[in-house]
Amino acid sequence: MSADGAGLGARLRERDLSAAPAALNLLESASASDRRQATALLREVSPAALGGEAAGHVIGVTGPPGAGKSTLLSALLKQWRARDQSVAVLAIDPSSRRSGGALLGDRARIDFDAGDRGIFIRSSAAGERLGGLSWATRAAAHALAAAFEIVVIETVGVGQAETDVADAADTVLLVVQPGGGDALQFLKAGVMEIPDLLVVSKADLGQIAAQTARELSAALRALGRPSVGVFAVSAVAPQQGIEELAAALAELGAPGRVAERRLRARRASAISDYAHEHGARGLRALGGRRAAERLLEARDPGLDSAALLAALEEAAGL
Amino acid sequence: MMRTYAGHSTARASNELYRRNLQKGQTGLSIAFDLPTQTGYDPDEELARGEVGKVGVPIAHRGDMAALMEGIPLAEMNTSMTINATAAWLLALYIVTAQDQGVAQEELQGTTQNDIIKEFLARGTYAFPPAASMRLIADMIAYTVEHVPKWNPINICSYRLQEAGATPIQEIAYSMSNAIAVLDAVQERVAADIAAKDGSTDSAQAEVQKRMEQVFGRISFFVNAGVRFIEEHAKLRAMSVLWEELGRERYGISDERLLRFRYGVQVNSLGLTEAQPENNVQRIVLEALAVTLGRDARARAIQLPAWNEALGLPRPWDQQWSLRIQQVLAYETDVLEYPDIFEGSRVMEGLVAELLEGARAEMAVVAEHGGAVEAVAYMKSALVDSHRERIRRIESGEQVVVGQNRFTESEASPLTDDAQGGILVVDPAVEAEQIEAVRRWRAERQQQAVDAALRELAAVAREERSGENLMVATIAAARAGATTGEWAGTLREVFGSYRAPTGVGEAAALGGAEEVDELREQVTRLQEQLGRRPKILVGKPGLDGHSNGAEQIAVRARDSGMDVVYEGIRLTPAQIAASALQEGVHVIGLSILSGSHRQLIPAVIDALREAGVTAPVVVGGIIPEQDVAPLRQAGVAAVYTPKDFDITRIMRDIVELVRANGSSSNGSSANGSA
Repeated sequence: MSADGAGLGARLRERDLSAAPAALNLLESASASDRRQATALLREVSPAALGGEAAGHVIGVTGPPGAGKSTLLSALLKQWRARDQSVAVLAIDPSSRRSGGALLGDRARIDFDAGDRGIFIRSSAAGERLGGLSWATRAAAHALAAAFEIVVIETVGVGQAETDVADAADTVLLVVQPGGGDALQFLKAGVMEIPDLLVVSKADLGQIAAQTARELSAALRALGRPSVGVFAVSAVAPQQGIEELAAALAELGAPGRVAERRLRARRASAISDYAHEHGARGLRALGGRRAAERLLEARDPGLDSAALLAALEEAAGL
Repeated sequence: MMRTYAGHSTARASNELYRRNLQKGQTGLSIAFDLPTQTGYDPDEELARGEVGKVGVPIAHRGDMAALMEGIPLAEMNTSMTINATAAWLLALYIVTAQDQGVAQEELQGTTQNDIIKEFLARGTYAFPPAASMRLIADMIAYTVEHVPKWNPINICSYRLQEAGATPIQEIAYSMSNAIAVLDAVQERVAADIAAKDGSTDSAQAEVQKRMEQVFGRISFFVNAGVRFIEEHAKLRAMSVLWEELGRERYGISDERLLRFRYGVQVNSLGLTEAQPENNVQRIVLEALAVTLGRDARARAIQLPAWNEALGLPRPWDQQWSLRIQQVLAYETDVLEYPDIFEGSRVMEGLVAELLEGARAEMAVVAEHGGAVEAVAYMKSALVDSHRERIRRIESGEQVVVGQNRFTESEASPLTDDAQGGILVVDPAVEAEQIEAVRRWRAERQQQAVDAALRELAAVAREERSGENLMVATIAAARAGATTGEWAGTLREVFGSYRAPTGVGEAAALGGAEEVDELREQVTRLQEQLGRRPKILVGKPGLDGHSNGAEQIAVRARDSGMDVVYEGIRLTPAQIAASALQEGVHVIGLSILSGSHRQLIPAVIDALREAGVTAPVVVGGIIPEQDVAPLRQAGVAAVYTPKDFDITRIMRDIVELVRANGSSSNGSSANGSA
């Protein structure tokens, strides 16, 4: 028996946070009847049903293993909760699947009050691609943004597949630890194009953290992205930089910026789904990628990516 | 020296027990503290629920310590305290109690275990993060060397490593690496102390070296002896070789007496079985031989576990039996009459050489990680792997455990026939009394003095004053009447709280076992039925840090193809319920070994139901037979005890349970509103 997708979607739309667990159970399910209900759920939280973009700010927190993502998240959670903002965290565990199963330990690393109904944390295993996001995670981020004020997608990224996070999140925060050459590796991998904010963790290490922050700022300037903020942060006592970081995130969560970014993301995602489904030949049928983009720009900005995909398929006569 | 490890219920009840044991010929005290005391919580704190007075005596303030030691002359006593994270605090209470008896701290003799690294690796009763814990230990050692010179401030406990699955090589290597971390930290602290006083002159350097010699000579070990007693004996010989080497080469010590490897022993509890528990008696005797046979590596103090430890808490009579085993060995046999009987044995020499080679290699790996503190995560996952290998051998029958996986047919045992199943049951009223008592204590003391003492403690703990010794402020807080929870809470506030690595994430996959392949197919079919991958929450409620069982279940569930949420130890019922709900798990496995299952399991089930979670709950741990029915009644679907050693079978049960539950409802959490 499948859950009532439309009902759950409506509850999320009404900001009923207690609908989150069951909504996620549904979105993660691969059974045909659950998928139908999931579609109904997503319809209830689509911009069309909401009368605009979902209000929640979707923040991707990414960085290499051990960079201090969970510790940072624990500190940010306290900041957000102090301002009475509800938070959902989708923790994508780096532990690769072995024999199909996975050990999900991220939850344990995040320090929060279990009795607090304003916090929801859900763990899932990383797929085959490190840093890649499953359909369920993208759908969940989208659905939860209707109910929660902040939705965090925490992933391990080492420079290959952060683009997924960039597509699903309104704001991407990249965490690196001081020294150790992380920064250099990111430059090489071209990942510097992605983040909206950079955090150098473990600022309690002092000089070395400050130097890493300087190097990163210089690298961003060289890439023509001088506006990307770089923060040296210590998430453990005595904390430093957390409040400033939270304020910068709040600024990036402004409705206008978020709406524009989502629109772009929806279009990009429709094209990538289309290309995934129909390959290069499918793109040629539309007159190439640029033509596909122009085609989507002419459509109603309220359409979700599934509708945009359908529009592309229609235009290609598929 | 002969002792039995004892303490339970209340300070007063334990005091009576100690006095009786001393009359029976015991020559020292070995205090077992309850888990709240070990982890720094007062009886009335949420995490203490169900644990007060269970595995040892609750000591919340100097009034409790005074009651515990009433009528026992501390000037003559040699007292061993199995206490780690809160060792500095308990020593402070002991010092204050002695002073009240008119005994100066300089006269006190005894040992505090104070070995924090093994708590991160194996036993889980830590309170503060690793670096802060090391500072506390270094401070305490530096203090005792100067002011309590007859005290053994630290006792490196490789015992627990073996209980967590360590091979002999791992036990040697990790405990030696641990000792290096401690000695290096103390050296730094002593050097800073002396530099602060005398500057860095040549004479100051000589003073540091002199102090370090005293420290080295006061470090003792607490090892484990398993039933493969010849190899175990070789292990002890290898450890004394390494210890001497370390003293000479790393710390420049030349005095032969100070270089001696001093150790006490607790023989293995891991190998004790619930099935046919009377067999544990001969296991204990053989293990005692491992540490007494050869004089060159003979233990200075022995503690024997009771035959029924795998069943529950031993009673006084069970402990008497263990004491008598030692007395027969010492006074009836000729074991103590000869010089070293392995001298010149080529077999023994070869065994020792082999262990030394392996241990040196493994120590090098730890050193590469940056030492024992930095290598905690590495060592933890290595231990989880070793333990899994051990369980695999027992499951497959490669390793014989008599009465458990071979020769299992048995007559009914008259030993476990009494109404309580042959164990001690702590009166649940104890907890309520202790809660009442600590509140009364707080109400009746001089609050201003306590506040001032705790403020000073917090100030010294902070980075800016890390050059000062925390022991002084700790003793002042003990004297002022602060409680265990207040002392630890103050330090947690400054140091931050900490969760140790679980070691399961890195554990290697189980290769090729046919039964697991079969299980994996069942899980795949279950996944098709459920629509998503079966998800299990493995939880350890309460303060019990014995996580081996939970870790092995978590790893095997993963190997069977499930998604596993495992958050490590020390969870409140509310945390478990929140995780189960938010994670949408299909089944919940709880593990408890501390005997607090009667209170905690129903509390967890209540919290789950209140959260609207309908997923079935299974429980594993040291659960006496007579407690199984009440747990089932409280809503537990299945109970597993140490006799259920076949984890694959447990997994099969769990898969079946989820399957049956899944056909009545989909997933765990109610779809209705909360």
